[in-house]
Amino acid sequence: MKFSEKWLRSWVNPALDQIGLAEQLSMAGLEVDDVAPVAPAFNNVVVGEVIKCWQHPDADKLQVTEVDIGADEPATIVCGAPNCRTGLKVAVATIGAVLPGDFKIKKAKLRGQPSNGMLCSNAELGLNDDHDGIIELPADAPVGMDYREYLELNDATFDVDLTPNRADCLGLRGIAREVGVLNRLTVNEPEIAAVAATHDGQRAIVLDAPAACPRYLGRVVRNVDVTAATPLWLRERLRRSGIRAIDPVVDVTNYVLLELGHPMHAFDNDKLQGSVHVRMAQQGEKLTLLDGNEVTLDGDILVIADEQQALAMAGIFGGEGSGVTTSSRDIFLESAFFAPDAIAGRARRFGLHTDASHRYERGVDPELQRTAMERATQLILEICGGEAGPIVEAKDERHLPQPTHVQLRAARLSKVLGITIADTEVSEILERLGFNVTVTEQGWDVIVPTFRFDIAIEEDLIEEVARVYGYHRIEAAAPAASLRMVPRKEAQLPVSKLKQLLIDRGYQEAITYSFVDPKHQALLFDDAAALTLPFPISVEMSSMRVSLWPGLIGAVAHNQKRQQQSLAFVETGLRFLPQDKAENGVAQQPMIAGIRAGKAHTEHWQEGERAVDFYDIKGDVEALLARTGEAHAFTFTADSHPALHPGQSAGIFKNGKCVGHVGAIHPQFEKKLGLNGRTFVFELELAAIQPKVLPQARAISRFPSIRRDLAIVVPTQLAAGEILKAIENIGVNHLVDLNLFDVYEGAGVADGYRSLALSLTLQHPERTLEDHEINTAVKAVVEMLTNEFGATLRE
Amino acid sequence: MELNDIVAQAESAIAAATTPQELDAVRVEYMGKKGLLTEQLKSLGKLSAEERPAAGQAINVAKQQVQQAINARNEALKQAQLAEKLAAERIDVTLPGRRSAVGGFHPVTQTIQRIEQFFGDLGFRVVEGPEVEDDFHNFDALNIPANHPARADHDTFYFTPTTMLRTQTSGVQIRTMETEQPPLRIISPGRVYRNDYDQTHTPMFHQVEGLMVDTDVSFTQLKGILEDFLVNFFEESLEVRFRPSYFPFTEPSAEVDVRRKDGQWLEVLGCGMVHPKVLQAVGIDSEKYTGFAFGMGVERLTMLRYGVNDLRAFFENDVRFLKQFN
Repeated sequence: MKFSEKWLRSWVNPALDQIGLAEQLSMAGLEVDDVAPVAPAFNNVVVGEVIKCWQHPDADKLQVTEVDIGADEPATIVCGAPNCRTGLKVAVATIGAVLPGDFKIKKAKLRGQPSNGMLCSNAELGLNDDHDGIIELPADAPVGMDYREYLELNDATFDVDLTPNRADCLGLRGIAREVGVLNRLTVNEPEIAAVAATHDGQRAIVLDAPAACPRYLGRVVRNVDVTAATPLWLRERLRRSGIRAIDPVVDVTNYVLLELGHPMHAFDNDKLQGSVHVRMAQQGEKLTLLDGNEVTLDGDILVIADEQQALAMAGIFGGEGSGVTTSSRDIFLESAFFAPDAIAGRARRFGLHTDASHRYERGVDPELQRTAMERATQLILEICGGEAGPIVEAKDERHLPQPTHVQLRAARLSKVLGITIADTEVSEILERLGFNVTVTEQGWDVIVPTFRFDIAIEEDLIEEVARVYGYHRIEAAAPAASLRMVPRKEAQLPVSKLKQLLIDRGYQEAITYSFVDPKHQALLFDDAAALTLPFPISVEMSSMRVSLWPGLIGAVAHNQKRQQQSLAFVETGLRFLPQDKAENGVAQQPMIAGIRAGKAHTEHWQEGERAVDFYDIKGDVEALLARTGEAHAFTFTADSHPALHPGQSAGIFKNGKCVGHVGAIHPQFEKKLGLNGRTFVFELELAAIQPKVLPQARAISRFPSIRRDLAIVVPTQLAAGEILKAIENIGVNHLVDLNLFDVYEGAGVADGYRSLALSLTLQHPERTLEDHEINTAVKAVVEMLTNEFGATLRE
Repeated sequence: MELNDIVAQAESAIAAATTPQELDAVRVEYMGKKGLLTEQLKSLGKLSAEERPAAGQAINVAKQQVQQAINARNEALKQAQLAEKLAAERIDVTLPGRRSAVGGFHPVTQTIQRIEQFFGDLGFRVVEGPEVEDDFHNFDALNIPANHPARADHDTFYFTPTTMLRTQTSGVQIRTMETEQPPLRIISPGRVYRNDYDQTHTPMFHQVEGLMVDTDVSFTQLKGILEDFLVNFFEESLEVRFRPSYFPFTEPSAEVDVRRKDGQWLEVLGCGMVHPKVLQAVGIDSEKYTGFAFGMGVERLTMLRYGVNDLRAFFENDVRFLKQFN
């Protein structure tokens, strides 16, 4: 809601400066977003009168004028505006004037004709963007008067960002009332007298949907001159409220909307057939709106209709066929109460948002229709002439909002606010707000005025009291509560701890959007269906991620384009897998994922440098799994994944169930994804790695451990993991550690074979192991390897 | 040869020895079985019984003297040898160490962690919820029925008319209250989504929602806890003000501003007393229990705390930006 400060002060004028007033409104819950001058700075612009005007001898589109600017001599000024004519009162920038944009007015010659000043358009003065000709001032504008003074331009526009509950302040009247309450001042409302009918012309009104429209006032005004000019003061008030002047009838209805907060509509009376019906639209009924668009209505859209057809979307937008034009003579004015529920959401459904719908869907005062009608009639008669008919009011008392009674208990007020406000002060605040207050034993019985239709329950009154009392006066106190510890599950690893581990290993945490490019996602997960946003920011941000990889790949690509060579990112968050049985049709699973690209570490004077490889990222994953206290429950198995290099990818299984993947991004996608070189990724379900096995301590052996090394030769394609698993599985007595410490292929080992060097560490908890026990254990391992894998011992 | 001369000779030989081997040769020459001093002892027999004790003592003194000289020399030689070895092992300690890179948490995460810490210390439990949400939890249960104007202000990403990306973490309040009775103290951090993308808006950002419901929770306490939080979060005693506002799920409602160094007020969070309808909808007795709720934008707090100017930087994941927070 935008309004002029001067206009407000003409209703109620507190002893506060501009900043103080803005602050007071904000602190009362009417947040002032902006206070801006109603005109940019300019000077030496005065009211003038064109006393002579003739064609420029050397330029078709220019005229030469003599303008009376209240000085001894008229000024000769060349003007290019088509509406320049003798007798016109104009705004004249005189020699020495400085206009917005630091435009200085100097003596000049235009096509040989001297020009001592400029006749201004609104755009040249920065008042609006109207370049169509120079400003036309009323005939009574005093020649020579400073234009700023004449228009009272030393004024500011207040822009108040109103919350949805304060629709009562969507008009100057509501704002003024609020300022009056806050400053204990009486508001001087303009006198709105009833306009007596001077003819009997009227139109019957039928409320076919009384719940949606329980009150509708109509009035026929005859012989209206729609070509009349809206007075400057009214146009200025509209302009300062951000509303463009159109024609006097629209300007008046807009003015009433701003002044009283009540929307109105005007129809061309000659285009209506018979009675006016306020009814629900028929499903599929068509209506062409004032903007020329045809809409197809639903059955829950309230319309204003005549006996032939729908004429307007009630409370939202007028129809083209029935609108007032400059050739209209008789008009039919509407002032109605529409129930918010009947309007809310409808405009949005049609992509509309109008000043009327904005108010009706939040609510208007159900008792204000007659006042608004009289105000509009009065202004139209003043500006356009004409004769008013009687007001016809159709209403259905059953559906009109009834006065609201709300109880406020003193005890509840104290409980909710935490302070006690003196009863007399509470009474006084409620009364100042215009409420009808009766003191009861428990507190107050309040009848709410119709303009505060937002007040319905006790808490609403508590908020009103607190607001007017002043939030700043309510002290701050530490909350009191029974001390209770927050459960901390030791057997559940916090996500932050898992992330911390990777961070300590060089990963940078990334946060990427949950919606990704469907092209990238389809490339990486060819068979996965994804949830799609029907109205995304852009197509590239339209597909809900089924993995954290697309986002992380994007982060790596972004950084590689910026010469970053060693990259490691970790991210945690949800992936979204469409699933019929899941809540809302989507399984939302928390994941942890990582990506590494470029160098394994920064180039070092002794260590040199090397590219990151599969075993770097696998090591990171193994470190994560070790945190669970049951690393042995996880296995890595060569596994294909559409996103990954077929020879460098593994599925990560926990007790036989796949819980993640690790591998190199498939080289054929690198370029398409904007990646520079080999990139490694992993992703794990957090649910699989967060459970942690609590330690069950065992005594440690005080006896020496014995290490025996074995070098075996096996076929190269045989997975080392299987060999290690097999050794663990045969249950070697007293084996406490098993490590694969060397892999060798080449001279001395046949083609297609490789040598694996293993160390077995044996230890007995209670005594020193005997040689024969050690030999038996090693022998068992060797025999198993020979039998199961055809392994031979390397000489 | 006189005993004194032998000792003097031995001492000069010891001093001249430059290796342990040379020194050992000197020891043998004087102290060995056939050494000069040993020989002297043998000559005692030629002396009379009266002369013998004095002469014997003199020889022993001489032997001790020589032995001490040998020991001292031996120690000096060892020290010299060690010093030489250490000198040879000298390295340039200013060369860079074998560094392994250390990363860091995203600044948004760091802010969330700090918030969790502050409220966790007061007994607030961290609860998380789904991001694809239904209109009941995101709107209806929060007293934002269909067609409520507040819905239009949310720029919601809908999937269907009843499912959407959550626009606020407040739905977690509802999910918690649906299953638990007061006393309740929770905070709920997470991603939220609005269909808006410009200089000051990203379509995804983070909120932390807080909720406390108990028998005696009041607006004064809401003020108390949030002022406490803001002062601790920014670690300075900044000016805080509570300004009346409106949220469908709280009443009274407030927006909270902090005064920046340039004197301007800046909104940092929204809050209020839980609306009785919200409590009633989840089966909590709104006469017995009252509650407060608050919601804060994590990016906004992070920007203020660390002087970040461009909101979008948070989601570009440029390592040069992120590493500043490591």
